[in-house]
Amino acid sequence: MEFQDAQRFVLRAIDEISHTFQKLPGSAMLIRYIQSSYQDDPVRSAIELILVIFFVRYLLAPSYSTHNGNFVTLSEEEIDDLVDEWIPEPLVAPQTSFEEAENEKLPVIIGPTGPKSKLSNGRTVTNLASYNFFNFVGNEQVKEKAIQTLRTYGVGPCGPPQFYGTQDVHMKTEADIASCLGTEGCIIYAQAFSTISSVIPAFCKRGDIIVADRAVNYAIRKGLQICRSTIRYYEHNDMEDLERVLQKIVKEQSKKPLTRRFIVTEGLSETVGDCVDLPKLVELKLRYKFRLMLDETWSFGVLGRTGRGLTEAQNVDASQVDMLVGSLAGPLCAGGGFCAGSTDVVEHQRISAASYTFSAALPAMLATTASETLNMLQTNPDILVQCRENIRAMRAQLDPRSDWVHCTSSPENPVMLLVLKPDVINSRRLSIEEQERILQECVDEALANGVLITRLKSMPVAPSSNGKDDEWKLQPALKVCITTGLSKKEIEKAGVTIRHAITKVLTRKTSSKLALPATS
Amino acid sequence: MFTMPQRLPRNPFASSPNTATAIPPSEKPTARRPSTSKANRLSQFFSSSPKSKEQQSAQAALLSAVAAQQQHLLNNPSPQISAPSLSLPTISLSTAKGGEANMDEPPTTLFQPPSVAEAKKQARIDAQFAPIGSQSHRYVSKHMGEEFPEPIMDEPPYYYLLTTYISYLVLIIFGHIRDFFGKRFRPEHYRHLKAANGYAALNSDFDNFYVRRLKMRIDDCFARPITGVPGRYITLMDRKTDDFNEHFQFTGTYTETLNMSSYNYLGFAQSEGPCADAVEEAIKKYGVSAASPRADVGTSDLALEVEDRIAKFVGKPAAMVFSMGFATNATSFPALVGKGCLIISDELNHASIRIGARLSGAMISSFKHNDMNDLEKKLREFISQGQPRTHRPWKKILIVVEGLYSMEGTMCNLPGLLKLKKRYKFHLFIDEAHSIGALGPRGRGVCDYFGIDPSEVDILMGTLTKSFGANGGYVAAEKHIIDKLRVTNAGTIYGESPAPPVLMQILSAVKIISGELVPGQGEERLQRIAFNSRYLRLGLKRLGYIVYGHDDSPIIPIVLYNPAKMPAFSHEMLRRKISVVIVGYPATPLISSRARFCVSAAHNKDDMDRLLAACDEIGNVLQLKFSTGVAGGAENLPDGVTPEMEKEWQKANGLQGVVKPPRWTLREIIANGVQDVKKPLR
Ligand SMILES: Cc1ncc(COP(=O)(O)O)c(C=O)c1O
Repeated sequence: MEFQDAQRFVLRAIDEISHTFQKLPGSAMLIRYIQSSYQDDPVRSAIELILVIFFVRYLLAPSYSTHNGNFVTLSEEEIDDLVDEWIPEPLVAPQTSFEEAENEKLPVIIGPTGPKSKLSNGRTVTNLASYNFFNFVGNEQVKEKAIQTLRTYGVGPCGPPQFYGTQDVHMKTEADIASCLGTEGCIIYAQAFSTISSVIPAFCKRGDIIVADRAVNYAIRKGLQICRSTIRYYEHNDMEDLERVLQKIVKEQSKKPLTRRFIVTEGLSETVGDCVDLPKLVELKLRYKFRLMLDETWSFGVLGRTGRGLTEAQNVDASQVDMLVGSLAGPLCAGGGFCAGSTDVVEHQRISAASYTFSAALPAMLATTASETLNMLQTNPDILVQCRENIRAMRAQLDPRSDWVHCTSSPENPVMLLVLKPDVINSRRLSIEEQERILQECVDEALANGVLITRLKSMPVAPSSNGKDDEWKLQPALKVCITTGLSKKEIEKAGVTIRHAITKVLTRKTSSKLALPATS
Repeated sequence: MFTMPQRLPRNPFASSPNTATAIPPSEKPTARRPSTSKANRLSQFFSSSPKSKEQQSAQAALLSAVAAQQQHLLNNPSPQISAPSLSLPTISLSTAKGGEANMDEPPTTLFQPPSVAEAKKQARIDAQFAPIGSQSHRYVSKHMGEEFPEPIMDEPPYYYLLTTYISYLVLIIFGHIRDFFGKRFRPEHYRHLKAANGYAALNSDFDNFYVRRLKMRIDDCFARPITGVPGRYITLMDRKTDDFNEHFQFTGTYTETLNMSSYNYLGFAQSEGPCADAVEEAIKKYGVSAASPRADVGTSDLALEVEDRIAKFVGKPAAMVFSMGFATNATSFPALVGKGCLIISDELNHASIRIGARLSGAMISSFKHNDMNDLEKKLREFISQGQPRTHRPWKKILIVVEGLYSMEGTMCNLPGLLKLKKRYKFHLFIDEAHSIGALGPRGRGVCDYFGIDPSEVDILMGTLTKSFGANGGYVAAEKHIIDKLRVTNAGTIYGESPAPPVLMQILSAVKIISGELVPGQGEERLQRIAFNSRYLRLGLKRLGYIVYGHDDSPIIPIVLYNPAKMPAFSHEMLRRKISVVIVGYPATPLISSRARFCVSAAHNKDDMDRLLAACDEIGNVLQLKFSTGVAGGAENLPDGVTPEMEKEWQKANGLQGVVKPPRWTLREIIANGVQDVKKPLR
């Protein structure tokens, strides 16, 4: 009885299923297809059936597994044992003695920074380490403007630019920079350091090609690392080498589909201090059809008659530079960074540059300060002249006169980088670390004599990263930053102090170090 | 005239002529009003927990005031501001107006009426930070009990999911059709997407499709420019478009809206008050910039003081500050982990974490959002398998989570994470960008909220952009970790130092929160945001919205589903002078586009009621009330039934397993809200 019930139920179910199946649109076609294919070619039906089964199995599989062949199957107990045994390293390695010393010696400024700054040990020293080239930090007009902005906008915009974080002052600063440079548009970021690191990956995708100067700064390196493009390097500021690399790429790529190609370099190099030949660069980029990303972090506000940067200094139309990146935090003494370019370039960044889209907008007062200081440079270019005179005065004290160091910076660069002369390095066989130590001693010695300078700091780029360039090493250097806040006399005096400090350290070193090269 | 909502708390019965005396804003004075109106009886009928008639009438009056105000806002054009120059962009320092005080109404107080200037100033202050309506509008944000529940995910009827997919399909098909014809008939519009003169297109046609054909349609809801302080109200610059959002023109007018969009959790976005005063002093003393990276000569006494304060505030021995929160993450990970290490990150972590992790060179994996079981499974697998190919043990494993997720409103399951940490010995990094200041009885983030000692978490990172109304980020940890980070973190070596005025804003905000400056104000801010968050969340649930996230979260996303409802919701809100953030794909899964409210201590209950009233209307028009009731919003239990007895009561009444979709009326919500938020939310 029960069995019959069950049978009847099954039959009814089958009947119903076939009924509904026939009602489905296309089912008749499917049946006809299967029938005819079976009659015509049973082997094909079998293959198709296997394919269907495989497909279903694939869909039902627990998810794509990345284990490949290397996965070791372990029992729960074994896993527990392994977990018990595993001893992680501490989160950070212990500090090296050099790092410890670095932390200890870090100068702490009490009160405002300025040409004369008070340190935490109570001494007031000549400050030749801040990027306060035009002494805007102490400027009353700038402060007044900042206070006005504070009283209207508060401090932070409390949101990313795309979510009600864009204030009218941001648009005004963007327009000011664009009109100053003569580009179609401009976008401002909340931090100068992360600007270029975001601009590069916003445009350069997998398969694109980037040709970069070998000595580019750390922020650019991070940008190159994060984008997935192919990266080639050329020798620092060597236009012939650049041309060679470009030619090679064009040749290699001639049969492949066209991809975006970029040249990335700096106006004034952060690590060497010298200046790029922009007309030549533009000529090359046009000839080989590359786009140019120019990092003007150190040249915008510094070079040119009114501080518009490299394009003004070398008489190149800024619209020839596809992406012109600069800083508002350096020479302009405000905060944030910018990228100027065509409207397309700018608007593209608003939705695809990570540190713009996913970060809060720049505080309003920093935007207005940037507009203000930019305007002061435009209306009063004399400060630039004064700054250059001070640079010349300092240079006269150091470069030709010192036996130990020479200045690699371009003559108009207020950041003077002083590296040990090659014969000093060669005769003493100084490693990079030793050079760093010697230069740190020079910094300490200068400070002991009342002049605050710093050193070019190096950072390793993560291993196994995209576009790693093992051959290039940053050469340690002293960093002397010129300011108009000091008179020519004071600059000269500080220059003498620095020169003597270097001589003292190096002659002291000679005695202890001489033994080494002699015996080996 | 434009009636400002901040008038409400001072004179909640403006609509009734018999209460024209100055009465402090409390529920007391209503005793004088006989309650005979129909509305009262009606609301009594609906109300499941009967209360005194007086109370009800007060609420009814308030409600009508709210409704009248809404109507007023609808009828009135946006307030005109006399901007000196309408052609943008120019800075006009006079445009930041506060609320316009309702000056044409004769003052009806017994006190000396304030002068016009004073009233203007007060209105301006109130537009940035609302006066509290009643001292009962406070709550302490704190985790109760041991179990940390996962929020229940409610789902709308399949019909909505289906139409959502279909909408996207239609949008995409239409987009392609437009592209097809566009490319043939208006090639000049596509030039930037094509290779030209031997240059590949800057923007690939394919990548750009979403932006061009989907986002562009609703672009007027994004990046709305503002002026002035993004406080309780936010002043939008009106703009119009003649070419479907391709370009915008400013009309020269401004609209002051209720700000539900800024991350101004504790209401420190202010241009008046102790913070702004301190910042002004700092500008005078320090100037605007530190003009050097921290590792050179950018370290000032102020920076060290701020770092010390932050460390004490979050409960760690040491801390360091940076000028940008995004870069804090991007530069910290490379300094912590590297090759041979493993980062397991929550799948919904912020872009800055993802970029930092990628820059570090460590291997990266992710686990399902807040899913401790999935994390444990991953951990067991990774630890037992070791590094890929070599099977060498991992050098270290870093788990990265956020304290409060900005798109979900969920908190990390800190107790669960710590339990796993004991067993699996990983290092824990918490990004408290949104939770610092916004959570915990003392505003000290998730550790404070859960009552957990901060020393149990290795790295506490956070941003100063949100709750502190400043900019930048911090990392707090053991002293030896911070000392190492100072010399290995690119942000300190190359990044600009935080500007002195910004540092001062942080310092004074921390001092206020911890009660050193203006004692009592910090506590008030903390308790107000906690109250507002719960009040709004409960109200939205009772209206029938599907609300994401945990109960105490000040981030309150409501799900809209259909892509077309995003702009519609935003426009309807703007019409009611409320600015909200809408988010859709790709920031959220395709299906669950949402609107997000960020609650602030600068709001008061009236603002929440105004928002609820708007949500009520819009929810009906746009059909947004689709909650099924599984995720809360249930009716209150009858008198005498305690939550413990609920199960039995349900059994006794045959209500077992019955979930009624909550569809409370606005009246009931407002009438019950204040008491109900203080109980566990149902
Ligand atoms: C979790 C998280 N981390 C970091 C950030 C970046 O912070 P900031 O806006 O200060 O750059 C954000 C901001 O949106 C965030 O949500």
